[in-house]
Amino acid sequence: MTDSAQAIEVSNLHKRFGPLEVLKGVSLTARQGDVIAIIGGSGSGKSTFLRCINMLELPSAGTITIHGETIVMKKDGHGGLAPSDRRQVQRIRSRLGMVFQSFNLWQHMTVLQNVIEVPVHVLKQPKDKAVEIAETLLRRVGLYEKRDAYPAFLSGGQQQRAAIARALAIQPLVMLFDEPTSALDPELVGEVLSVIGDLAREKRTMILVTHEMKFAREVSNHVVFLHNGIIEEQGPPEAIFGAPKSDRLRKFISSIH
Amino acid sequence: MNQETATLSAYVPPKARSLLEPHRLFLMAVFLVIVFCAVWFLRWDWMPKYGSRLAYGVWQTLVMLFWTSVVGFLLALPIGLVQVTGPRPLAWLAKGFCTIIRGTPLLLQIWLLYYGLGSLFAQYPEVRSSFLWPYLRQAWPYGFTALMLSFAAYEGEVMRGAFAGVPRGELEAARAFGMSRWTMFRRIWLPRAIHRALPTLTGETVLQLKATPLVATITVIDVYAVISKVRQDTFLTYEPLLLLALIYLCLTGILVGGFRLLERRIPTRGA
Repeated sequence: MTDSAQAIEVSNLHKRFGPLEVLKGVSLTARQGDVIAIIGGSGSGKSTFLRCINMLELPSAGTITIHGETIVMKKDGHGGLAPSDRRQVQRIRSRLGMVFQSFNLWQHMTVLQNVIEVPVHVLKQPKDKAVEIAETLLRRVGLYEKRDAYPAFLSGGQQQRAAIARALAIQPLVMLFDEPTSALDPELVGEVLSVIGDLAREKRTMILVTHEMKFAREVSNHVVFLHNGIIEEQGPPEAIFGAPKSDRLRKFISSIH
Repeated sequence: MNQETATLSAYVPPKARSLLEPHRLFLMAVFLVIVFCAVWFLRWDWMPKYGSRLAYGVWQTLVMLFWTSVVGFLLALPIGLVQVTGPRPLAWLAKGFCTIIRGTPLLLQIWLLYYGLGSLFAQYPEVRSSFLWPYLRQAWPYGFTALMLSFAAYEGEVMRGAFAGVPRGELEAARAFGMSRWTMFRRIWLPRAIHRALPTLTGETVLQLKATPLVATITVIDVYAVISKVRQDTFLTYEPLLLLALIYLCLTGILVGGFRLLERRIPTRGA
């Protein structure tokens, strides 16, 4: 029962870059419908942690389970881990909707082509159905009129909304946001946050690495504060922001405001 | 201060381009005079006689250009790719190939293949009796190979840069959405690299067109060889060469126009 409700379970994750240990044993469980915000200073390892979940960074130790399926890993001979079965990783990745800080839209494709690319060429959906879904999603993020535009001709906010539509198009089990507003001009942050906020309100499972504390407090039901590669404190947003227990979290929150 | 703003507001934007501006009219007149002189004072009576041979020559040039470019480009893809992805030995091999081919004259390569390898082949009965001999005894396979390898080497360098220049983040996005390596290469990396390299490839293909007459030195009949024949037969110098220049100019124009259409399919910002 608990297994099927568990969207993501990460246990004891370590990540080393050479002599530098960025993650020192991080565990996190996300149930379906959870909106988890990961906060922390720069260098705390929060982006690395998110990127380990879909194996963009290979962890040095630990296990990752997504919807009850554990990613099978073996020792790579350099003291780290490597996936045993590349196809398993690809299959799991195709169910995780990743949104990047720098959008990373494919520049040689129009917005619509970006959105249907993975459904058609990875998930092998029929094209007309993928287009139908994509147009609905683009309407939702307010980019239907821009569906035939190339990314280079869009503002940062529009590009990020297109990137969110691209991630939604795979009907993801979990959405992963890696500082989705950090590369945006201040006046464009709002439009992207409002789209993400809508997704949170409809109880989509998502993990969100962010610097937007006010936003994190509003939309998440669980906040994780990472510091120096370990979870310093976690809990419901009211507790984390209203009554921080550790000194470091208190300092971090006061430094943000 | 006031004066400054006055001069600023007095700025007149440049006029829209018109074909009828004085300097253009003058240049057109000069051009027409040259054409008139060329037609009136030079001899063109040989043209009907060589018309079909010229058409054949142009066709041969185009066939040579097309196939050496296509095959050369297909070869350039792995040459460029392994220099970005490795493995090391293959990257060195590719680098070495590019250095050697780009570091020696194309004419030398053609002659080495035709007079060197070609005459070597003829000494071996095994080669002479093989099914390939009907081809190997002709000149065009050597010309084709030399032009093709040359294009592969130059374009290999171009594609190396283009592959390396595709933003990491876009490839990472492809991986993050579960694309296999092959899908990522086919759908993202390759089209993105070609798109980036297209303006360079246009220029390189024009250079390739202008390299094709070198095969006439090993008895392949292209448009240049036909014009040489005209010169021998008629003892004329300017007329055939002027015509040849005009033919290459037209072919270049068509080629550039074609590539422009291709480039315009995906607009680039600020281009």
